[in-house]
Amino acid sequence: MNLVSKDILGTEQLTREEIEGILDTAVSFKEVSTRQIKKVPTLRGRTIINLFFEASTRTRTSFEIAGKRLSADVINISASTSSTVKGESLLDTAYNLEAMNPDLLIVRHSISGVPHMIASHIKCPVINAGDGAHEHPTQALLDLLTIREHTKQLAGLKVAIVGDIAHSRVARSNIHAMLKCGMDVTVVGPPTMIPVGMECLGVRILHDLEEAVSQVDVVMMLRIQLERQNEGLFPSFREYSNQFCLTVDKLKHSPKNILIMHPGPVNRGIEIALDVMEGPHSVILDQVNNGVALRMALMYLLLGGSSETDH
Amino acid sequence: MNGEEMNRAISRIAHEILEKNKGTRDLALVGIRTRGVVLANRLKEKIETIEKTTIEMGVLDITLYRDDLATSKDTPILRDTDIPFAIDGKKVVLCDDVLFTGRTIRAAIDALVDFGRPAQVQLAVLIDRGHRELPFRPDYVGKNIPTSKDMRVKVHMSEEDDSDQVIVVDGKGQS
Repeated sequence: MNLVSKDILGTEQLTREEIEGILDTAVSFKEVSTRQIKKVPTLRGRTIINLFFEASTRTRTSFEIAGKRLSADVINISASTSSTVKGESLLDTAYNLEAMNPDLLIVRHSISGVPHMIASHIKCPVINAGDGAHEHPTQALLDLLTIREHTKQLAGLKVAIVGDIAHSRVARSNIHAMLKCGMDVTVVGPPTMIPVGMECLGVRILHDLEEAVSQVDVVMMLRIQLERQNEGLFPSFREYSNQFCLTVDKLKHSPKNILIMHPGPVNRGIEIALDVMEGPHSVILDQVNNGVALRMALMYLLLGGSSETDH
Repeated sequence: MNGEEMNRAISRIAHEILEKNKGTRDLALVGIRTRGVVLANRLKEKIETIEKTTIEMGVLDITLYRDDLATSKDTPILRDTDIPFAIDGKKVVLCDDVLFTGRTIRAAIDALVDFGRPAQVQLAVLIDRGHRELPFRPDYVGKNIPTSKDMRVKVHMSEEDDSDQVIVVDGKGQS
């Protein structure tokens, strides 16, 4: 299987066949992480650079572990330790890194479109690890992997994505990917957090969490971005949690085998209650576990064939 | 090689494995995807019928250990590896359909030792067609078929294909 593009910039550009191929490959990679020696020689001698201009534990660690389990050399650069603090421009940083012949660049930035701009200027493949409020494709793919593991099939499933849809790259990547896989998506949140015209993507909009979770197979809670609390999106945390915090009580009419997901980091008690997060329906830690296998699969698919030896 | 001949060859290999290892103690079979797994399955069945006992079997996908990943045109499809037992101290018989350059076996042995330290690794192949590029020698061979390097040896096994047979195709595609 070969991917069409040299980069993974968003799920919007992927086809359903590519998504399914990536998930199938990831399933096979899960086994490597269960071995006593969690390493295969596949990408020996390849160099992967993690270029993170925004804070991250899960995603950065997950990419680093994925690269190391494939025997690649992984280098981490965060904004605070890079030359950007000396005033170097983003593209200059990218050109300089490219001059050292890396095989893969993984980019996270708080501004939408940064990975795309870097990818269009350098020859080496780029994976978007989250850009602003735009896309976070590896998160969406690992979410689909987690859902498929529990339900065996994606087509026809009903999903609710709950929270600050407007500012969520996780929501956007998931919506694109889920719709391509034939899933039925509902977004839930206060009107201030749902972009105007959202329905033209092909999703349903609801403002009542209890009603939404009574109708779906999967509910994906998003993080309330505490750094945005001054933007007046909701009156207070208490007001928000009263309506949109997923509690055992709100789940009383939901299907028995409903899956509860959260991309992390979690604000306990604001968007999700502790007992739900740690309850039997929660697959939050499966998502983290699957993240490594999914990222290994993408690295393998991007670097495994000859298309990348051309550069 | 037709289906009957293939069946007899596999029966003989099963007996040879038992003879060489003096029974089934610590014996395990590991098939290399795809047709090595079919061979391992059939050997397991025969050995278990002869000895009236069960033996362990695993499946190895060597894709991640290949030495031609960077030069191959397509990214090969990765499939599951499943070795559901501890291989430490086991006498492992690696099974593959055709032995040619030996590069697959190199990859398989590298993969195997990542799972532990087998007491011994032996090699069973249905067809040995020569042209080794690495110093490997099979312990059990169904049939030696002399070939030229540009020929292709196609092994069909009913679990994966429509029938049991081995066809040698020359460089121009004529059988």
